[in-house]
Amino acid sequence: MKKINSIIVITIAVVFFITLNSVNFMVKMLKRKGGNMKKINSIIVMAIAGLFFIAANPVQAGNLVIKGSTTVLPIAQKTVEAYMKENPDIKISLSGGGSSNGIKALIDGSTDIATASRFIKDKEVKLAVEKNVFPVAFAIAYDSIIPVVHPSNNINDLTLDQLKAIYTGEIKNWKEVGGPDLQIVINSRDTSSGTFETWEKKVMKKERITPRAQVMASNGAIVQAVSNNKYAIGYIGIGYLTPGVKTLKVNGIEGTEETTLNGSFPISRPLFMFTNGWPKGETLDFINYVINPEKGQNHVADSGYVRLY
Amino acid sequence: MANTRQITERTMHTLFFVVASASIVMLFMIMVFLFMEGIPIFDEVSVKDFIFGKYWYPTSEPPDFGILSLIVASLAVTLLSALISIPLGILTAIYIAEIASKKVNEIIKPMVELLAALPSVVIGFFGMVLVAPFLQKVFDIPTGLNLFNASLMLAFMSIPTICSLSEDAIHSVPSSLKEASLALGATHLETILKVVLPASLSGISTAVILGMSRAIGETMVVLMVAGGAAFIPESIFDPVRPMPASIASEMAEAPFRGDHYHALFATGIVLFIFTFFFNIVADHIAHKYKQVGEATL
Repeated sequence: MKKINSIIVITIAVVFFITLNSVNFMVKMLKRKGGNMKKINSIIVMAIAGLFFIAANPVQAGNLVIKGSTTVLPIAQKTVEAYMKENPDIKISLSGGGSSNGIKALIDGSTDIATASRFIKDKEVKLAVEKNVFPVAFAIAYDSIIPVVHPSNNINDLTLDQLKAIYTGEIKNWKEVGGPDLQIVINSRDTSSGTFETWEKKVMKKERITPRAQVMASNGAIVQAVSNNKYAIGYIGIGYLTPGVKTLKVNGIEGTEETTLNGSFPISRPLFMFTNGWPKGETLDFINYVINPEKGQNHVADSGYVRLY
Repeated sequence: MANTRQITERTMHTLFFVVASASIVMLFMIMVFLFMEGIPIFDEVSVKDFIFGKYWYPTSEPPDFGILSLIVASLAVTLLSALISIPLGILTAIYIAEIASKKVNEIIKPMVELLAALPSVVIGFFGMVLVAPFLQKVFDIPTGLNLFNASLMLAFMSIPTICSLSEDAIHSVPSSLKEASLALGATHLETILKVVLPASLSGISTAVILGMSRAIGETMVVLMVAGGAAFIPESIFDPVRPMPASIASEMAEAPFRGDHYHALFATGIVLFIFTFFFNIVADHIAHKYKQVGEATL
């Protein structure tokens, strides 16, 4: 779903861009016609100026801007909705675009909170400090990725190296890792997803996934593909586990909330929100809401991630 | 008085001009936007490496931006779906226009048009949840999300286009031609094959090409059922990754104005050139082989 949302956002942005340009064009046409159009002219110009003004000044009193990782987007969406219901006078605008974009926006001051599925890089910190921005990190949830297979598969446990060999295409048949004599059908996520990013970092360790891997657009699509296919292997976020797929242990450790939080499950990572300096006012209220075990953290669990506590 | 009237007249004139040019302006803007965002990738890779490069690893270090496998996938899916949809679409059109009784027509025609009204995401879902497991069981193949499944779903989508446009073309063949043929002793079937079809050939060709151009640009279906593996397919049961699927799934998280972002827009340019070419050909056929004389559309 988050993908579709971002596609819609992009479409709206493109349409907005085009409308502005065509209005601009219209104004030019009207201007050419001269004299009598002056009034209409100034009204249109004012309207456009108004639009630009709104577009150019997202950070206003009573408003909060959140930008960044699409991995964090489902959590942010649910929390923002609930938060605005409780505080109707505060308007929060939320957008995805990726961890890097969020942090970039924080550095140039166009967002109050940047969400990220990774920690801030040294390069970014340097850039921020140069611009007098001092990012503060808040871990808000954990993300844990579980390898899954078809329930009829007799394999229970794979090591990280075996997973890597399967995904690079070195191991092509289940019998090479002690399973049935079947070809392995690899299911992966598109390169833009946060889930893929984690998998690439924690399992692939910079090696490339074979081009033969099927690429799915969502966690749900992986579940769908793996639960219907006895040849298949896939990986999904811990919140998307269903009885239709069989989970695998990694290096002998089962992926649960407990093993994620104590750090023993190898394919997991924390998710962050960054603010400029220690948060104040509405930003602080919102961050407090997100890490509140009674409120924001419930939405973390609802979105398929692991709660902080 | 006259002055007010003149002003009104001129205002209306301008207004209609603006409205009429809006779509052209938008098309132009989108094109400019597409090229502006896509061209910068060619500073990183040459046009040749981009189009004929076999590996698409936009996010690894160092990245590879080769879209040959995506282009091949798009073409393969379009051609295979055309092989399915052309006979089905044209035969349905012939049946509706020439053979079926009025009553049957009243049922079939709206049904075919209803097929066009199905949202592509529904067709994609159908392919993913029902057709994929079915194909996998019947053909005993490792995965049901593949080139064949995608082509099948795309064929569903282009049949209504092909059918209703061809039906219009067949319908507009003047009855005097048919009557003349029948009067010379030709059977109904002979009349259809030797008189009606040749007379409406240009309309049918246009219909086929527009149907194919719909299939090549279709995104949701290929995103859901094509499998998404970026390699050159060796059989019709291999998963593939056509261009629109690649753009749609990766654009959301490609860093704004980064190489990946530009590469996706450049893929968009290639796709645009393909559909543009299809439309030009359709237009060319429609003009050059215009039905003349009595068979004029």
